[in-house]
Amino acid sequence: MTLQTPYRRWYFWLPALLVVLGVTVPLGYLLARAAQADLAQLDALVWRARTWHLFVNTTLLGMGVLAVATLLAFPLAWLTTRTDLRGRRLLTLLGVLPLAVPGYVMAYVLLATTGDYGTLARLTGLGVPRLGGYPGALVALSLYTFPYLFLNLRAALAGLDPALEETAQSLGYTPVQVFRRVVLPQLRPAFYAGALLVGLHVLGDFGVVSLMRFETFSYALYLQYNASYDRIYAAWLALMLLVMTASVLVLEARLLRGLLFHRTGAVPARAAAPAELGAWRWPAYGFAALLTLAAVALPVLTVGYWMLHSDAASAWGDLGAALGRSVLASAPAAGVAAVLALPLAYLSVRRPSAASRGLERIAYLGYATPPLAFALALIVFTLATVPAVYQTLGLLVFAYAMHFLAEAIGPVRSALYQAPPRLEEAARGLGRTPLRAFFAATFPLLRGGLLVSVAFVFLSAMKELPLTFLLSPIGFETLALGVWGYSNEALFGRAAPYALAIILFSAAFVGLLLSQEGGAAKRAGPPAKQGAALTASG
Amino acid sequence: MSALLTVTGLTKRFAPAAPPVVRELGFAVEEGEIFALLGPSGCGKTTTLRLVGGFERADAGRVVLGGTVLCAPDRHLPPERREVGLVFQDYALFPHLSVLENVAFGLRGLGRKERAVQAREALRLVGLAGYEDRAPHQLSGGQQQRVAIARSLAPRPRLLLLDEPFSNLDALLRQATRQEIRAVLKRQGMTAVLVTHDQEEALSFADRVAVMRNGQIEQVGTPEAIYHAPRTLFVAQFLGRTNLLLAEADGREAETPLGRLRLDRAAAGSVLLSLRPEHLTLEAPAPGETAGRVVERAFKGHDITFRVEMDGIEYLIHTHNRMPFQPEDAVRLRALEPAVVLESQPVPVAPAEAVPSP
Repeated sequence: MTLQTPYRRWYFWLPALLVVLGVTVPLGYLLARAAQADLAQLDALVWRARTWHLFVNTTLLGMGVLAVATLLAFPLAWLTTRTDLRGRRLLTLLGVLPLAVPGYVMAYVLLATTGDYGTLARLTGLGVPRLGGYPGALVALSLYTFPYLFLNLRAALAGLDPALEETAQSLGYTPVQVFRRVVLPQLRPAFYAGALLVGLHVLGDFGVVSLMRFETFSYALYLQYNASYDRIYAAWLALMLLVMTASVLVLEARLLRGLLFHRTGAVPARAAAPAELGAWRWPAYGFAALLTLAAVALPVLTVGYWMLHSDAASAWGDLGAALGRSVLASAPAAGVAAVLALPLAYLSVRRPSAASRGLERIAYLGYATPPLAFALALIVFTLATVPAVYQTLGLLVFAYAMHFLAEAIGPVRSALYQAPPRLEEAARGLGRTPLRAFFAATFPLLRGGLLVSVAFVFLSAMKELPLTFLLSPIGFETLALGVWGYSNEALFGRAAPYALAIILFSAAFVGLLLSQEGGAAKRAGPPAKQGAALTASG
Repeated sequence: MSALLTVTGLTKRFAPAAPPVVRELGFAVEEGEIFALLGPSGCGKTTTLRLVGGFERADAGRVVLGGTVLCAPDRHLPPERREVGLVFQDYALFPHLSVLENVAFGLRGLGRKERAVQAREALRLVGLAGYEDRAPHQLSGGQQQRVAIARSLAPRPRLLLLDEPFSNLDALLRQATRQEIRAVLKRQGMTAVLVTHDQEEALSFADRVAVMRNGQIEQVGTPEAIYHAPRTLFVAQFLGRTNLLLAEADGREAETPLGRLRLDRAAAGSVLLSLRPEHLTLEAPAPGETAGRVVERAFKGHDITFRVEMDGIEYLIHTHNRMPFQPEDAVRLRALEPAVVLESQPVPVAPAEAVPSP
């Protein structure tokens, strides 16, 4: 294979190589390491009842979360796009706001609310059994992840051409039949896309299952890492987690095959006539109110209560230091990710080829890899090759950058689509070298996109838990680790200020996400793919 | 022949305070006739179509189809029970179904086999046999259009509604598709109502055309009648370019800036006349005669468009492609047909010059 022209230049091949190696080498090493187990050992490690137990639990949790998330997301998406319900904009916000409460914060909230020492018992004396295990993990993850389904379903519902439904009606189908035979089949791609995000979240989750003590692969990996540190068994657990993730990705691709529905027009000419709810609006409001209470009000109230009624004050002092450490790791990661994203996005937009598509896939692979498995792979790899790097800030920054790179590529790519390639060619024609032409003509137009990339990665890294948990230097307690650590010890008051800080950073992330999606919808340009990629962040 | 579709006093407002989009509209369509509603955007033609289809509720008026009341003050038959087919501008093919499944979609209450047989028959009818297993997006625009027609025709509706069905096709394809679809509808004896803003489309596709403006019909007639004898200034201008002349009528003749002209009907006093560009021709002026001056000559192959200035007024003339006059030549304008007397409505601007409408 000959090297294509762009890859001869250092500013293309160097970042490309870094990304490819950064993502694949640790995972490859993990694979090699796991393969070192001899067959008898393998038999004892993998083919045992515990593996089956973990597999069933992980699957049950994934299916359960998907079911609950669908039950929450679908009615909300329908109410906000297809009915005459008042306050649809507010309800739309409600469908997105829960993203501001990451799973582990939601788990903290649920733990701090229920049980003998929970808020409910303290305020009302009502002894609600402490939420934990499967139900706890199910509720926390569903409330956090349903917005991913909501956003996808909502966009699909709003984008359906009403002419399709009217045609079906004119062909003799009643509205209910039209819904079942025309509307639902067309929501399938959006549902699969949303379900994929939910599935990846459940598989990648560490905070919720560890706080709720529910035995999934992630939780077992954590226990293994914490207790005995049997590297080969840990590697195998990570590997099995990776296999499950890969299966989900393959399943989605399979289901989506042949489902890429093409439309003649990009945007429907008109909106569908809204369904008149009549008296049904009261149950609809009830549903919305319950959801608001559980997903938004409860976290805010819980955090507020524990800040006021406990030893929260003692945590304030450490909070500043933890914030500083979070920024210290997240800010450089955001910079590195943006710098790597720029050449990658450029190659994908201006030099589309099998190579550039492959590069992008690898970036998405780093994103889809469960962070716990990725972190473990990095640990195993660095300990074996450059032990000096182990438990350094540099490794943590590198892990963040690799994991969140996909988030950084999206905005740069959409900015590139807006920048006419002719500008650069004009600059070349006026005697600039390629690099100079790029910085003179195109780069000024990308600044906004780059800024968004930096912000996305920064905010994501601020709330990232599993990578931080495994890779941070000893004593390097960040905001996310603070919430998790204090919650794990049932020190709800001490966890409260950290949880508040995380909620604030996550809310900023959601705000940025919404402004981007709004802008993208207005431009209706080609980078529609970006939205789905961005919503995959956690 | 009797009217299959009768619309009377149809009125629709989108908000109680807003002016009606369709006001007291009435027309009738004969069995087997292709009827066009022609008008600029916002004239209420699509709303009229959607009222007939049952996708909007009328505020007043009746729609009767072959003895069945579709819509009346106390009645609104839902679209699925109207037996009215519908073809949209963007065809609205179901992307999750194959071509055959799309066409079979409306064939209800039949066995699986019978549905497939009838759907194949409908596809053959529109010349798409062999495309059954394709996905809609694999077809060209014209083919998608024909699938949409086949899908609407398959359940044998009593009436077919076509909403700007050809405007997504490029110009070349549009003309051919139009003629093919017209032939299919005629062969089936299908009654159809077409909505369009394209005058050429309405004139070439329909048996009768209704020109709409502000929610009302200004004129109904055969394509020839409304083109050659527009009743109002609006109809005259909407159907093509025309020369407007302010004249003093006296029976079947009138004194105009072009001299004394014959009229299509008797009139008296100040009138506004319309003369189509192709109803004028150029001649060499007799010596001493007041002549016009050729301002511009555009050779277009099968005809020539001249702009001629005379007494400060500009005229538009389409002639055959051998007309020899060049810019700056002195010419005389001669009418080949009687001028059309337009109904004296409040004339928007004093036509100090002939206004070539777009």
